[in-house]
Amino acid sequence: MQLARVIGDVVVTRKDENLASRTLLILQPIGVDGTAVGRTLVAVDAVGAGVGETVFFVRGREASFPFLPVEVPADAGVVGIVDYWDTPS
Amino acid sequence: MTLARVVGTVVATQKHPKFEGAKLLLVQPVTLEGEPRGPVLLAVDSVGAGVHEHVLLVIEGRAAAEAVGRKGTPVDAAIVGIVDSVDVDERTGTTLNRA
Repeated sequence: MQLARVIGDVVVTRKDENLASRTLLILQPIGVDGTAVGRTLVAVDAVGAGVGETVFFVRGREASFPFLPVEVPADAGVVGIVDYWDTPS
Repeated sequence: MTLARVVGTVVATQKHPKFEGAKLLLVQPVTLEGEPRGPVLLAVDSVGAGVHEHVLLVIEGRAAAEAVGRKGTPVDAAIVGIVDSVDVDERTGTTLNRA
């Protein structure tokens, strides 16, 4: 998984039926100093996250596990909202 | 699997129920020389690792879920061991820069 900031959402009307009523969020992965790391991506939301929140997301087919038995065609998914993190020196 | 260094802890109250009770750690994958390689990741800890420890990390969904011991957990990385030592045999022609 990786830390990310939710920077937006995507509205997709015509989509795979198994994506129906799923929220698609735009994520910017971040490092432990909070700065952007790597490319933005679109992830399916499994925890009710919103724009501006810091989250962690999973990559790969595991992103669809929260929605089983519906097989959601997703390769990234938000699975937690981060309260805080600590990196002792 | 890859080697990594535990660099921190994460607290997340609102998360997928399958994560309940799991310990989430921030890990920096490292090279054999111990240099950072790639971005810091979040991993579930299944062996009781702590910050600053050198660990063995799986970055693959099924293996990570097995480490957590819960099928269907939406997880893609897990700490599966604490590294005592790493030894690369120089007779293989591979030398490490041990500063």
